[in-house]
Amino acid sequence: MKPEMKPGSPVAPHPEAKPEQTRTAFRRRIDASVVSVAPIYAFTLLFVVGPLIYMFVLSFLRRAETWGVLREFTWANYLNILEPIYLKTFWESLKLAGFTTLFVALVGYPFGYFMARLSAAWKRRMMLLLMIPFWTSSLIRLYGWIIIFRANGTLDKILMGIGVTNAPLKLLYTYSAVVVGMIYALVPFMIFAVYSSAEKLDWQLVEAARDLGATPWQAFATVSFKLTLPGLLSGVVLTFIPSMGLFFIADILGGNKVILVGNLIQEQLMKARNWPFAAALAVVLMVLTSIMIALYRKVSGVKDLEGLV
Amino acid sequence: MRKRSRIPGVYLGIILALMYIPILLVIIYSFNESRISSVWSGWSLRWYRELFRDRDIMEAMTNSLVLATVSSLSAAVIGTLAAVGMPKADLRSKGIIEYLSTLPIMIPEIILGMVFLVYFTLIKLPFGMVTLTVAHTSFCIPYVYMLVKARLVGIDKSYAEAAKDLGATEWNVFWDITLPLILPAITSGVLLAFAMSLDDVVISVFVTGVNTNTLPLKIYTQLKTGVTPKINALCTLMFGSTMLIVLLSSWFARNSVRRTERRNTNEEAPGIRNSVGLVR
Repeated sequence: MKPEMKPGSPVAPHPEAKPEQTRTAFRRRIDASVVSVAPIYAFTLLFVVGPLIYMFVLSFLRRAETWGVLREFTWANYLNILEPIYLKTFWESLKLAGFTTLFVALVGYPFGYFMARLSAAWKRRMMLLLMIPFWTSSLIRLYGWIIIFRANGTLDKILMGIGVTNAPLKLLYTYSAVVVGMIYALVPFMIFAVYSSAEKLDWQLVEAARDLGATPWQAFATVSFKLTLPGLLSGVVLTFIPSMGLFFIADILGGNKVILVGNLIQEQLMKARNWPFAAALAVVLMVLTSIMIALYRKVSGVKDLEGLV
Repeated sequence: MRKRSRIPGVYLGIILALMYIPILLVIIYSFNESRISSVWSGWSLRWYRELFRDRDIMEAMTNSLVLATVSSLSAAVIGTLAAVGMPKADLRSKGIIEYLSTLPIMIPEIILGMVFLVYFTLIKLPFGMVTLTVAHTSFCIPYVYMLVKARLVGIDKSYAEAAKDLGATEWNVFWDITLPLILPAITSGVLLAFAMSLDDVVISVFVTGVNTNTLPLKIYTQLKTGVTPKINALCTLMFGSTMLIVLLSSWFARNSVRRTERRNTNEEAPGIRNSVGLVR
């Protein structure tokens, strides 16, 4: 468990080096770089790799009758996911994630694109203006939506005030409330992703297309859109993946009406106490996530998520 | 010159307004005198006074501050040492370890939370501040690591070489040259990590103990069961402190870039700012 002591890290002495020098050189390397990466090795192996491996193993173990797990191999947890009720949850999650991603793209893409066309000073101001809601705790933002959506809340008052409706709409604890909450939470990711790719766009290409007779719309569709597609795609990945797991938005804005994979995992862990099943659900969710990322890499030919690294 | 359309400006304005309205509502209602939060009965600081008298909330606040401080500082040590040592370390596994160490901010939070819950039970860590600290440190490390790593790329290697030629040891070089140069990046990373820890709900829900509460956990339970106006005041205070921390962090990050003496400062700054903004 001490990777820094691994054999095979080449410490072969230089042929002409005196033994004395070799030893100090060796000691120096042990002292400096290897010692300084030792903590991250230890922490990562113990608290990242260990837990992930355990989750994987756990997903193949049988649940004990009363509490805990038995050391018995089984496929039962994965087969359990194929029960119609759980498949439906996965399907609902994917659908909600799809909806959310679509709306996030519709709202976020123009924002990121327009933002990239601003002057340098305005870009900086915009960044700052975006950072504030982005960094605000998701709980506070959710609470804001509760104030807006609840019966006799802000939205009801406005709508009744201008005479659109004459009774409270009861928007809180509905599917739409969850979708709005999700869009709101995730739209900054899309904006940043699109912006970072639109910012690198060479606007002279657009100008050239216009000079050659393209309408603004044609120039956008044939030049700008294609060149900002990697940004849009990474935005889609950055939106789609978290929207499968944001259980607390569904929890708070949806009451108990909207059940996502995230809610299911939490329920199995905390209430049903069926840990092997929760682990299997998490493994499937992670596999789905990895497939998304792999597909994205294949389609876009980009190695890292744009703007992420 | 083609004439500039007004649509982009209006669009940006509307979306920004929509982003700010929920937050502003929480802040405004925190100054509401009335006990019933949907009725406005005048400005008052009443709920702030009551907030500071609430023993449970004060205890949660202490927990949150201790937790954020310990996790972000542990991450500072581990992350900085790793960022400095990785390029020099002669280990074949370093690429994979680097990747694995950033997983806590890449995989969905709910999975990280559940994975910790089952693992901590397995290795019998006592649930409460200990487990919270380990879990928070895991997602704090990548912030420090990535910011320091980005900063190190910009440092002229000749400083360290010159020092070594003059007889400085590896330690001297780190302490007298590298560390002062990367200090703004470390500070920036620590502040971000601090803010992330202070705000975390999802992972904390899974790894907290029966009697340990943090501020976000307190807010989360109240949002589910029913809010008191005190929570508005608490949310407003948390909003204020997060903003302060993030602004300080981005100030340090920009400072760190400016000192890099690069010709292409303008190109570099958004990159760093993006990495600050996006990784969440």
